[in-house]
Amino acid sequence: MRKIWLIAATVMFVAPGTTAFAADDATAVKSEDGKYYDKDGNPTYKVGADGTVDWYTYSGYRRYHSECHVCHGPDGMGSTYAPALQDSLKTMNYGDFVGVVASGRKNGNSVMPALGDNPNVACYMDDLYVYLRARAHDAVGRVRPAKKEDKPDAYTETEKSCMGGK
Amino acid sequence: MRKVLSATCLGAMAAFAVGGAYANEDLIKMSQNPKDWVQPAGDYANTRYSKLNQITAANVGKLQVAWTFSTGVLRGHEGGPLIIGNIMYVHTPFPNKVYALDLSQENKIVWKYEPKQDPNVIPVMCCDTVNRGVAYGDGKIFLHQADTTLVALDAKTGQVVWSTKNGDPGKGATGTSAPLVVKDKVLIGISGGEFGVQCHVTAYDLKSGKQVWRAFSEGPDDQILFDPEKTTEHGKPVGKDSSVKTWQGDQWKIGGGCTWGWMSYDPSLNLVYYGSGNPSTWNPKQRPGDNKWSMTVFARNPDDGKAKWVYQMTPHDEWDYDGVNEMILSDQQVNGQERKLLTHFDRNGLAYTMDRATGELLVAEKYDPKVNWTTGVDMNKSSPTYGRPKVVDQYSTEKGGEDKNTKGICPAALGTKDEQPAAYSPDTQLFYVPTNHVCMDYEPFKVSYTAGQPYVGATLSMYPPQGESHMGNFIAWDGKTGKIVWSNKEQFSVWSGALATAGGVVFYGTLEGYLKAVDAKTGKELYKFKTPSGIIGNVTTYEQGGRQYVAVLSGVGGWAGIGLAAGLTDPTAGLGAVGGYAALSNYTALGGTLTVFALPQ
Repeated sequence: MRKIWLIAATVMFVAPGTTAFAADDATAVKSEDGKYYDKDGNPTYKVGADGTVDWYTYSGYRRYHSECHVCHGPDGMGSTYAPALQDSLKTMNYGDFVGVVASGRKNGNSVMPALGDNPNVACYMDDLYVYLRARAHDAVGRVRPAKKEDKPDAYTETEKSCMGGK
Repeated sequence: MRKVLSATCLGAMAAFAVGGAYANEDLIKMSQNPKDWVQPAGDYANTRYSKLNQITAANVGKLQVAWTFSTGVLRGHEGGPLIIGNIMYVHTPFPNKVYALDLSQENKIVWKYEPKQDPNVIPVMCCDTVNRGVAYGDGKIFLHQADTTLVALDAKTGQVVWSTKNGDPGKGATGTSAPLVVKDKVLIGISGGEFGVQCHVTAYDLKSGKQVWRAFSEGPDDQILFDPEKTTEHGKPVGKDSSVKTWQGDQWKIGGGCTWGWMSYDPSLNLVYYGSGNPSTWNPKQRPGDNKWSMTVFARNPDDGKAKWVYQMTPHDEWDYDGVNEMILSDQQVNGQERKLLTHFDRNGLAYTMDRATGELLVAEKYDPKVNWTTGVDMNKSSPTYGRPKVVDQYSTEKGGEDKNTKGICPAALGTKDEQPAAYSPDTQLFYVPTNHVCMDYEPFKVSYTAGQPYVGATLSMYPPQGESHMGNFIAWDGKTGKIVWSNKEQFSVWSGALATAGGVVFYGTLEGYLKAVDAKTGKELYKFKTPSGIIGNVTTYEQGGRQYVAVLSGVGGWAGIGLAAGLTDPTAGLGAVGGYAALSNYTALGGTLTVFALPQ
């Protein structure tokens, strides 16, 4: 699967202009308080040369495996209930991701619950997006990232207020 | 010929439709007929033992597939069929179909039940959409659906006699376990420990479906049905507010302690036995205290639900070691004395042998030598910590604290054994135990409670013990002494219920999909056959037309399936253990099938 995608990406690179499937450029171009952004200002991951991941990727890994993996499979690999998010995030943009997670969607017996009112998800929306985007780009492999940047102070503050001090 | 057969069939139906005062008098009688398999575990004692002896250690090697049946459902198939007279009752995971097959008429479908359930229940099931089977009593088949509807079906027609709602899936409560029919009641537990449900066991009237009593696992005495003076632990009254005083604030209201395991019953003592699951959340820092009565063995009077005795095995859980595994009742001699025993193989890796009349703890030993979170249970009766496990600091996720990844804990949250029930043979006086041989890293973190949303609070990685490549063992255990008699390695967790038989053969299934037969005395493998999918169902035997059959549901899934189907991997652990890291998906795929075996004619 990974191979196929890489080939597709390569084709894209050789023949720019096929905008419908333009490869998602997840390169981090700036950072603010330990959070990284791509050229369009969407949150993205940052993996150092020694494999150290940014805090958001790590936090997203944890929250994913607490809230999402039962349906979406370990490491974003999918199951018969729910799509492999390591593939979905190759084409799904930040806005759509947040929309579906917050509001849910339903297609026959396939149900994505609305998680917008669940602080364990809503307060970590960017963390989940960043982690899954990193999985989609194969920037982090399966299992827990071994090295991570420290939890930024600003993050701790935001987390505390979002989780309602609980 | 067909006419004669159907007349016989009707005769058998009529015979079990008219009962004595209580359904369980019938059930006791019926379970003594080894040709049938009338209860999920074969009998009230949960022995999973059959007196059938046509298939023996000498001839089991010749076993063949006699017939198969597709359930038409994907995902994890736990539990196993019931066999009553000529009829076999087969259940499935969500959407929870039940089929009645006529074994005397080439296994044709007599009736089929398929409930309409809101698919919104699927995302609130923690560990796949499993169901562990139906129960029989009073001419009815009882099914606990995923959406917590407890339904009574006419055993002859499949028509709904009554149905009632046992919980609120909107708050994360779901139905996965098999009911137990006792006297004029049907008892059922509930799932939802990962959703902060305050779990309970509830008794419903067999005839009307009316609720008779409900016993919560945690809460005030009137909710947990404790008598502070008469309910005991280690022979002493538990006292007033024994549960709520071990929780901070109102945490007990979202405290879990779910009751999704198998229940057993001793008619002579008039006590039912079951265990409660993990306290919610998985983050121990968020729930200071012993969190009673999560992780507890309960002995209750089935008439009014009152607890006679309790034993909390894992106070203040830090690893998700649910205490729900089955309680197997046996009568054996311990230290020269005939005892009424209860044996329980807990998720925490310890096997407990207790006096089931009094709750006295007799033996508590590790049934996997790799268990490392505890050095053992304090067995000194005069010690203030009598009966409590001694926790090793290095593997305490409470000591490690939030946002700290505590590594190398054995067993993993799956436990040394999960719901897959063990068997007990009175011939060998040994227990046959399907086990997991898996360790984990566990990182707790803060979570907030929202009704109907996951309330987990930890992330886990699971892998085989350091330096080993296999993730399961199938063992024979002496419950009197607490020792392993023999142990067979399995590449994956053994997540299938065992069957012991008077033929000296023990059966179990594997996650790759093998049905295996081993010698009850030595563990020597005598037969194996690869069924269409991985086995997480329980092996059953019955006799029909003078032939002994062995039946098992395959259909990989369940918790083992979620983790293993995609490969349980931590490349840094257990170096060189390549085999263990191979994904289960390289061996098997989804799909529910019943496979039935017999000797060639």
